[in-house]
Amino acid sequence: MPAEVKERQYQGKVHQLSRDLMNAWMAQLARANETGEPTGAIMISGNCVELLRAFDIHPIFPEVTALQNAIRHQSLPLILKAEEVGYSSDSCADVKADMGLFLSGGMGPGTKMPYPTVTLCNYVGCNVYVKWFEHLAAATGSELFMLDVPFLRTSEPTAADVRYVVKQIEELIAVLERISKKKFDIDKLREILRYSVRAEEGYARSKDLCKGSPAPFDSYFDAINMMGPINVLRGTREAADFFDEAVKEFEGMVAEKVGPLSEERFRMVVEGPPPYPYYRSFRNLFTKWGAVAVASTYSTVGGIWEWGFRHDPARPLESIAEQMLTENLTNRSIVARYGQIKRYVEEWKADCLVIHSIKSCRLFSAGQGDMREYFTKELGVPTLLVESDLEDPRYYAEAQLRNRIDAFFESLEHKKLVAA
Amino acid sequence: MKVDQTIERCRELIAEPLGAIAERWKESHPGGRAVACFPVWSPAEVIHAGGMLPLGLLGAGATVELTHADSRFQSFVCSIAKSSLELGFQGLLKGVDGLVFSNICDVARNLSSIYKRNFPHFHVDYLHLAQNSTSGGVADYMADELRRLARGFEEAFGVRVTEPSLAKSIELYNAIRARIRGLYAFRIAEPQKLSTVELYQILRAATQAPPEEALSRLDDLAAELPAREGRPKDRIRVVVEGAFCEQPPLGLLEVLEEAGCYIVEDDLFLGWRWFTSDVPADGDPFRALGQSYVGRAVPSCTRHEGRESRAKGLIEKVRRSRADAVIFTPAKFCEPALFDFVPMRQGLEREGIPQLLVEFEEKMWTFERTRNEIETFVESMLFD
Repeated sequence: MPAEVKERQYQGKVHQLSRDLMNAWMAQLARANETGEPTGAIMISGNCVELLRAFDIHPIFPEVTALQNAIRHQSLPLILKAEEVGYSSDSCADVKADMGLFLSGGMGPGTKMPYPTVTLCNYVGCNVYVKWFEHLAAATGSELFMLDVPFLRTSEPTAADVRYVVKQIEELIAVLERISKKKFDIDKLREILRYSVRAEEGYARSKDLCKGSPAPFDSYFDAINMMGPINVLRGTREAADFFDEAVKEFEGMVAEKVGPLSEERFRMVVEGPPPYPYYRSFRNLFTKWGAVAVASTYSTVGGIWEWGFRHDPARPLESIAEQMLTENLTNRSIVARYGQIKRYVEEWKADCLVIHSIKSCRLFSAGQGDMREYFTKELGVPTLLVESDLEDPRYYAEAQLRNRIDAFFESLEHKKLVAA
Repeated sequence: MKVDQTIERCRELIAEPLGAIAERWKESHPGGRAVACFPVWSPAEVIHAGGMLPLGLLGAGATVELTHADSRFQSFVCSIAKSSLELGFQGLLKGVDGLVFSNICDVARNLSSIYKRNFPHFHVDYLHLAQNSTSGGVADYMADELRRLARGFEEAFGVRVTEPSLAKSIELYNAIRARIRGLYAFRIAEPQKLSTVELYQILRAATQAPPEEALSRLDDLAAELPAREGRPKDRIRVVVEGAFCEQPPLGLLEVLEEAGCYIVEDDLFLGWRWFTSDVPADGDPFRALGQSYVGRAVPSCTRHEGRESRAKGLIEKVRRSRADAVIFTPAKFCEPALFDFVPMRQGLEREGIPQLLVEFEEKMWTFERTRNEIETFVESMLFD
């Protein structure tokens, strides 16, 4: 029996820095609620947070709020509150947790979470976003702007797609000028995008370092430390500096050949969002097998930076449009995602694929059985598919998950022994 | 009576597999191509303008057993996605050459690319239909999107979709939609003469036949229905809302009617009667059709309509059809319908309009519990 693998708790610095930055952002939102400074609700996927920053509008990310409540084990009462008014048990629990927060009086005057002044629906792939922001805008009385980003249904976006998105961004700028009472300053946007580029560079470099063995961090479970800064705080000096620090730390770990676990036995690619209500428990199911995620699709919902795309301060609006159209996971087809995962498996030298299928997000999960068919039968990549949810704790069945995960890694270990 | 014969013919037609319908049409149209459209709206006009046969891809109901598709899509995914994929696995779409999907929901989005991967012989296109109706760029975008679809057909099948041919097809489909609007108005006026089960069969048959044939049948019905006999019954008048994609089993519609409801409005086959008025046939027809998608659209859960309350369109429907109540019939796991149910129900409550929620699945086959619920609901209204 191999020695038990332990988590090294290495991530102190990156984890702490990320936490400090996110707390500072939350404190800014609380202050905005008191001072009445403008705020803008926006979604994570393929977002254009830089545009809000260009007008000093504080970004609110309802998805982040919902997931923070989930990881703190506070999501279920909010979900139930939403179900009381008619939301179905079968619909996305992120939406229900957010609307439940509204219904419970957890946002708005007198709370730490302001109502948005503008609800900017960056409709980037996820159809539920449209419903979510329709409901949020109606509930809070905020102005709704629907930024309709055509789905990437051809190998490249069509010229018409780009024109349509740029046109809408121009229309959005007019709305933001009115709301913020500030004139659009393209040089300010360029400056913001320069910070974005630094953060994008750092995030991509961090992920690239996971090609080494052992990987310096778990690109699924630890990636959330970086997803806040890259998606929420992108475009700030603080986020850019954060990634400089992260890269420095990870490069040091690579040089010292240390990773997140005492031993890296299996390198896995993970597909699908994690179960936030049971984050630690779920992680432990893999830790004991020495399984480390060297790449994940979830870490690319906001943007895919590892293939080289960067915002271009010289073409600010066009490059924002391009990022929304092509350089994020959610605006690409599920089969395009197979290509992304295949590349991870090959270039990051993974032993297996783990699919965490969640009920809430059909964009991610609908059809993952086909994904499993493709990887197991056509590529011969050992693949495990397990189900729970990212927000709703009622769908997490630990015993069942443990059985499946243990059986999968036992078989993988056996294969390794035989091959050796 | 000829009406009964026509409806019987519709019933026979919709019992046939889609592939068989396509194959039969091809016998009289050698070299022809058939293209099936997944709900909700697809520009059938563009398909027809290329000399192809547009058909509705509406799942398989209870006619096939899932042997492959349920390993591709999880248990929490709607049935129409799974059974539509199963049709491909079982070869029941043999004869169909192309498929069109659009951005109605996340499941349809993924289904589109999974179809393409598993069945590369189909020409599969995915339309991104505009969700920002007020942008100054939306008309150009929609025109370009329809031209892109047409170019795809031209490259895949060697057909030609010209502006004059598209204008003609728009006129043909305008005529069909006008006849359907007429049938809906007739049912509002005299629901005892045209049941919703019958209307459903008529509409579904119109999606499974060449449009010229469908128009001729609709003309016959329009001429003959007024003379049909029908004794009014003591029923409540209801709007059925939520079944715009996955098809409710006929048994469910029968139970709704038998349990004491006249269904006087619904959102069945919404995409095939999408426009509130005729699409202009002059000018650039691609632009006219694309612009009409956003500017002449019926209220739909699958299209963003600005800040208008989602309930507004439903309440108007209730008033226009002089309905007493609304019965929500979302398909199990259908997120667009389930999300819209919340503001719609709140709107109805504000207006004092009674409502009931009845979820369904296309393969549902026992309806006794539903009958009980509906009967209780109807009685509570009739004897209140």
